[in-house]
Amino acid sequence: MNPFSSSTRLRDMIRAIRACKTAAEERTVVRKECAAIRASIDENDQHYRHRNMSKLMFIHMLGYPTHFGQMECLKLISSPGFPEKRIGYLGLMLLVDERQEVLMLVTNSLKQDLNHTNQYIVGLALCALGNICSAEMARDLAPEVERLLQFRDPNIRKKAALCSIRIIKKVPDLAENFVNPATGLLREKHHGVLITGVQLCTELCKISSEALEHIRKKCTEGLVRTLKDLANSSYSPEYDIAGITDPFLHIKLLRLLRELGEGDADASDSMNDILAQVATKTESNKVAGNAILYECVQTIMSIEDNGGLRVLAINILGRFLSNRDNNTRYVALNMLMKAVSADTQAVQRHRATILECVKDSDASIRKRALELIYVLVNETNVKPLTKELVDYLEVSDQDFREDLTTKICSIVSKFSLEKIWYIDQMVKVLSKAGNFLKDEVWHALIVVISNASKLHGYTVRALYKAFQTSTEQETFVRVAMWCLGEYGDLLINNVEMLDIEDPITVTESDAVDVVEHALKRHASDLTTKEMALVALLKLSSRFPSCTERIREIIVQYKGNLVLELQQRSIEFNSIIAKHQNISSTLVERMPVLDEETFNARRAGSLTDAASTPTGPSVSLPNGVVKSVAPLLDLLDLSADDTTPAHSSSGGDFLQDLLGVDQSVVSQQSGATHTSKNGTDVLLDLLSIGSPSAPIESPPAQSNSSIINMLSPSTSKREPISSLDDLSSVSLSSRASPTAGAASMTDLLDVFASGPSTIENNGPVNPSITAFESSSLRLTFNLSKQPGTPQTTNIQATFMNLSSNAYTDFVFQAAVPKFLQLLLDPASGNTLPANGKGSITQNLRVTNSQHGKGRN
Amino acid sequence: MIRFILLQNRQGKTRLAKYYVPLEDSEKHKVEYEVHRLVVNRDPKYTNFVEFRTHKVIYRRYAGLFFSLCVDITDNELAYLECIHLFVEILDHFFSNVCELDLVFNFHKVYLILDEFILAGELQETSKKAIIERMGELEKLE
Repeated sequence: MNPFSSSTRLRDMIRAIRACKTAAEERTVVRKECAAIRASIDENDQHYRHRNMSKLMFIHMLGYPTHFGQMECLKLISSPGFPEKRIGYLGLMLLVDERQEVLMLVTNSLKQDLNHTNQYIVGLALCALGNICSAEMARDLAPEVERLLQFRDPNIRKKAALCSIRIIKKVPDLAENFVNPATGLLREKHHGVLITGVQLCTELCKISSEALEHIRKKCTEGLVRTLKDLANSSYSPEYDIAGITDPFLHIKLLRLLRELGEGDADASDSMNDILAQVATKTESNKVAGNAILYECVQTIMSIEDNGGLRVLAINILGRFLSNRDNNTRYVALNMLMKAVSADTQAVQRHRATILECVKDSDASIRKRALELIYVLVNETNVKPLTKELVDYLEVSDQDFREDLTTKICSIVSKFSLEKIWYIDQMVKVLSKAGNFLKDEVWHALIVVISNASKLHGYTVRALYKAFQTSTEQETFVRVAMWCLGEYGDLLINNVEMLDIEDPITVTESDAVDVVEHALKRHASDLTTKEMALVALLKLSSRFPSCTERIREIIVQYKGNLVLELQQRSIEFNSIIAKHQNISSTLVERMPVLDEETFNARRAGSLTDAASTPTGPSVSLPNGVVKSVAPLLDLLDLSADDTTPAHSSSGGDFLQDLLGVDQSVVSQQSGATHTSKNGTDVLLDLLSIGSPSAPIESPPAQSNSSIINMLSPSTSKREPISSLDDLSSVSLSSRASPTAGAASMTDLLDVFASGPSTIENNGPVNPSITAFESSSLRLTFNLSKQPGTPQTTNIQATFMNLSSNAYTDFVFQAAVPKFLQLLLDPASGNTLPANGKGSITQNLRVTNSQHGKGRN
Repeated sequence: MIRFILLQNRQGKTRLAKYYVPLEDSEKHKVEYEVHRLVVNRDPKYTNFVEFRTHKVIYRRYAGLFFSLCVDITDNELAYLECIHLFVEILDHFFSNVCELDLVFNFHKVYLILDEFILAGELQETSKKAIIERMGELEKLE
């Protein structure tokens, strides 16, 4: 014996593998075994071939490659004995699949074995053929299999029948050869042969319409009788499952009857009685019985119409729904879903039960039930159903809420009978689960609100009331902010009261409180904060008494780290403080949003979403905005972070707003000067672009010049390229926005603003008050040398505000490790009292991480 | 039609994998991994049916072993659930009180039993007795 050949038994190998404590150990054992098996294969060692194959199968199951054993299968199959063949075929089925070349070599052995005198060997060959046969093999071996359908031993007949199914699936043309022998099997008494024959006939019916016709004509009656005999048969222990004789055969028979009855009134008619009998007599307290009923219901729903039977079927499903077994309820819901199209009324009767299933603890049942309810909603039941669902929303599982809210919103917008109802429901949903909604849902709500001119007051009051109880949902807060900004005055004056409303007393400062709360809310994201800021600006003009307070709130954001908020804060502050005369026209109510356009866009957004990720800047007719996008790039902040309003999610809606406004503006650009209305519109876009330039620009000329300058053809392309190239900012794009920003800020007359300096490292920076108390004020003047952006020069100025002079004044500073600090000597060490003099001291801070940090 | 049958323990070790549709070995491993992930963490209160890609998996747990059948989306779930149970009963009969170790050391027997029960992804025999007797006959020939 070869010293390398594997002499361990299969059992020992399995034991050795199981004893391995680590994956590495297991790999070593397997590698050793594989090497031994390979050696044995090379030796052509017949003695161990059988054992090697068993081992290889086990190794294969563990997930190791075993292709080198494929030829061994063939050798085993071609050996004469049954045990060798048996393991050979088993190996073939596990290690080889129909797409491998090796399989071609086995066809001949299969042919021989199919004609073997030993019926057990014939059985092996049929089994292998049934599990891995390819189209070529099917063609070559179909005659053998066809012949075996009439073999004397039932074990061979049933194997041949299932083999035939595989063959006709691979080569549908062969179907006609099998029709006659297949129908012969339907007369069998042997359950195994009968069930395989029924399955073969079902497959034939699916594949070939001629076969269907033939079987329908010849076999329907016989099958009905077989099913009847089976249903009425007395207890037979061999096939009994839960008191039913061979439920599997029941099911397969019903399945074939469905094939035969579908689309044929006569055949359907002849099976009515037996279907009714099965539907009424089958025990439904066990899975087996329910499986039969389920199949029976499917057959009833598929065959030609018989009203009485269908009601029976749907009632069975109704009974399933109240079953305690989840599986049964699940299939009932699935089936009802299909039955809806056939008989909505009958399904509607079970609505209450289905609604209960929406509240089930099992996620898959809830999901199905919700889908079903969604289909069942119509004009008459939409109100109570929506109420139920909205009520349930509050107590539902977190992970189910998304589905639920989406469906509710979809129902509500599909059946928005009255706007007031729509708005009511949406406000409820938003306040409970707004975070699960897509942006377009609340965008759509705003469009509807904007169009419902009679309901503005009602809506803003409803939102105000809802806001008092819940502010957890981001989208809800956003809608509330928008409405408060637009219609805040209607809230205070109880304008347009509806009869159903209770009057509420809200003071102007209450309304501002709400906006302030939203602005300072910890969870608010940038978009919400931006919207709150815009709302404040709008309210500043609507509520003159609160203007000063609003300005104070806005000013708090002038030092905000987020560019967008900082810039808004500065701009709005300037509008409120210095341009009261125009501010009321600036913040006029938005023109009614065009529903049609919005809907069209929403429908279209799916198709052109890919082409409009840079939508906002492209669609802006107003060139100022063009400069904003590159500015952000330069800032090295991700667009999403800084301006959700610009990002594609929020962008859709804004784009819609723009789409509406676009027409207005482009009309103006055609005209020679800009009307007040035009500036308004632009201001309404505040949250998008830099509003300041148009506001501040002398009305006619500069505005139109901007528009000219940015005539669509030129401005449309440029931003795209710079956006495309987020990471590498070209010099040219750097230049243009800076210029734009600078001119803007000049006009605005605020101190040189952040945006241009940060990315430009330009010399102009705001001076900031770094520290201030009743006794000391410390201001920093920041500057940078062009060319060394990593270094910031800080000129610190100290001023003594107390009434006593300070002597021996020393300033010390500490910085984090990644910074380097250089302190120049101070200009003195004595500070006179009452701010009569100051000390200055220069600091230089060098950032070693410059350009590596945020992006 | 049954696409594949898997028998896995809680740790995800495959004890039997029978495919009636051709799949690459790497794909098979992926499927086994995914099915295990699907069924092992499912709440026992949930249904025994999970959607899997474009098909559905009917599974049932017996002690530490998961029996999973992947079937067509239109197939009768309840019937296959009963089918799994019948298979387990057959195994139980054959090994007289089957446990996971029986299936490990006699994995080839399990495959052979399965081949008498299901062929080409369809049900071949529904009588426990017939299958056990047939296995007895075949064993005698070894």
